Amino acid sequence: MEAGAIAAAARGAAGAQAMPAPLVSARGVTLQYRTPQHIVTATWRVDFDVLPSDRFILLGPSGCGKSSLLKAVGGFLPPVEGRLTINGRPIVQPGPDRMMVFQEFEQLLPWKTVLGNVLFPMRATGRFRGREAMERAQDVIARVGLAKFADVYPHMLSGGMKMRVAIARAMAMEPDILLMDEPFAALDALTRRRMQEELLGLWDQLRFTMLFVTHSIEEAILVGSRILVLSPHPGRVCAELNAEAFHHGNVDQAAFGALSKRIHRLLFEDRGTAE
Amino acid sequence: MTAIDLSARPEFERAPEDFSNQGAVERPLPLWERAWNSTAVRRAVLLVLLALVWEVYARLLANPLLFPSLTETLEAMARDLESGILIRRTLTSLNVLVLGYAAGLAIAAVFTTLAVSSRIGTDLLATLTAMFNPLPAIALLPLALIWFGLGVPSLVFVIIHSVLWAVALNTHTGFRAVPETLRMAGRNVGLNGIRYVALLLIPAAFPAILAGLKIGWAFAWRTLIAAELVFGASARQGGLGWHIFEARAQLETATVFGGLLVVILIGLTVESVIFRAIEARTVNRWGMQR
Repeated sequence: MEAGAIAAAARGAAGAQAMPAPLVSARGVTLQYRTPQHIVTATWRVDFDVLPSDRFILLGPSGCGKSSLLKAVGGFLPPVEGRLTINGRPIVQPGPDRMMVFQEFEQLLPWKTVLGNVLFPMRATGRFRGREAMERAQDVIARVGLAKFADVYPHMLSGGMKMRVAIARAMAMEPDILLMDEPFAALDALTRRRMQEELLGLWDQLRFTMLFVTHSIEEAILVGSRILVLSPHPGRVCAELNAEAFHHGNVDQAAFGALSKRIHRLLFEDRGTAE
Repeated sequence: MTAIDLSARPEFERAPEDFSNQGAVERPLPLWERAWNSTAVRRAVLLVLLALVWEVYARLLANPLLFPSLTETLEAMARDLESGILIRRTLTSLNVLVLGYAAGLAIAAVFTTLAVSSRIGTDLLATLTAMFNPLPAIALLPLALIWFGLGVPSLVFVIIHSVLWAVALNTHTGFRAVPETLRMAGRNVGLNGIRYVALLLIPAAFPAILAGLKIGWAFAWRTLIAAELVFGASARQGGLGWHIFEARAQLETATVFGGLLVVILIGLTVESVIFRAIEARTVNRWGMQR
């Protein structure tokens, strides 16, 4: 069994050290979605384990079902086959324990200010109330550097700032896992780099778990601690790699280039043999 | 020919030129320009111009029986205001209007909730709207008179009919236009059922809902006046439509104009004061509409 092989590989990689129980676990997950004319198979029997405080990357070319996988973890797309669990419980519907950050800037509620947007999920779920919610919101807004803009409406913010609000809104909820769907893809290169650094900075402080979808090899290596490489049409697992060692400071080193080349080869050269 | 070495151009650095003696970077606009930038001022100027055209034309025509001047109209209005009859009739009309409008909105809310929660509900709303929206509400007045007799219930019935379809259609269109990302953001935090509609769909679709409310209001007002003109004073006292009808029967053209002017003024006030204020506080502020 594939699942058994992965578990064995994980044990082997860890050596004698016991690994913590996975936070999110996928076993043989097949995802399908319907268009008006077709049933499209997005992923085929995908397995992976996200451990606590992992920066877990789903990487692959377009059409490899990485966003569908993220939506499935978010609870928006039930698997037609296989098991998807969070903390051992099966995922059946969306919930605030898995806060999602989308690619689009238009994910903020336009009728609420920055502060209102960050408060909204806390109050809507009743998880934090009154003073506590307000203090948390102000704290997290300050952390993403938007304290001056707390009372501003989203349409007055730049793309990068909207993204930071979305991240702040998700973080304020202290979710078990943060789901990010190509959050920086629509940003310009300079802003993207700054956002990546800020995200890593926040992770250094808070050590939250995240599941991050991207189609950029460079971003995957920089942001991720572990990378799941997927093949397209439908998405199947190609590899799971470690990228803990890399950050913006050593992009120019040989090892970075080597990993990048390896992923490149996995994605583009082995297509024939992967079938 | 030798190639030109572009890298031979010298580099340079220099300090930006001194701007401090050029005055402020930001200067306020002149007063008249600022005033002209205000929508209220521009519209007020237009209203005054229209009033002037009316007055001048009526004086040139000099036929108060056909076309009284603005001053004659205002005099007639002042007389009716003093006797209290104009206020009573306006209040009667507004009372019926508010009743019908509120009932229409409530029924529209029920229909749209059905339409967003199931596909068959959507089809029901689409079919009913296609059937009844093109039907002039006033065409139902004879039927309403048979069912409810002369009186307020008949008027309310036709007003509901004129409000309901326009508002339901617009609201439903607005709901369907809410972006998928916003919907997912709402469901992500666990919103569902009525909380999902109230906290997410309604604010997100508010521009369309507001457009529906405005259209519904205009339809309701014109239907009411038309209905009052058709069967006049039914209950204890008539409304503005009856006021106009009665004045026409007595050939008091200035009073007819006065009644029409009140109808117009109320329409203007609701549109440019009430709806404008709602817009400024909501969709404009949220950047959903400019």
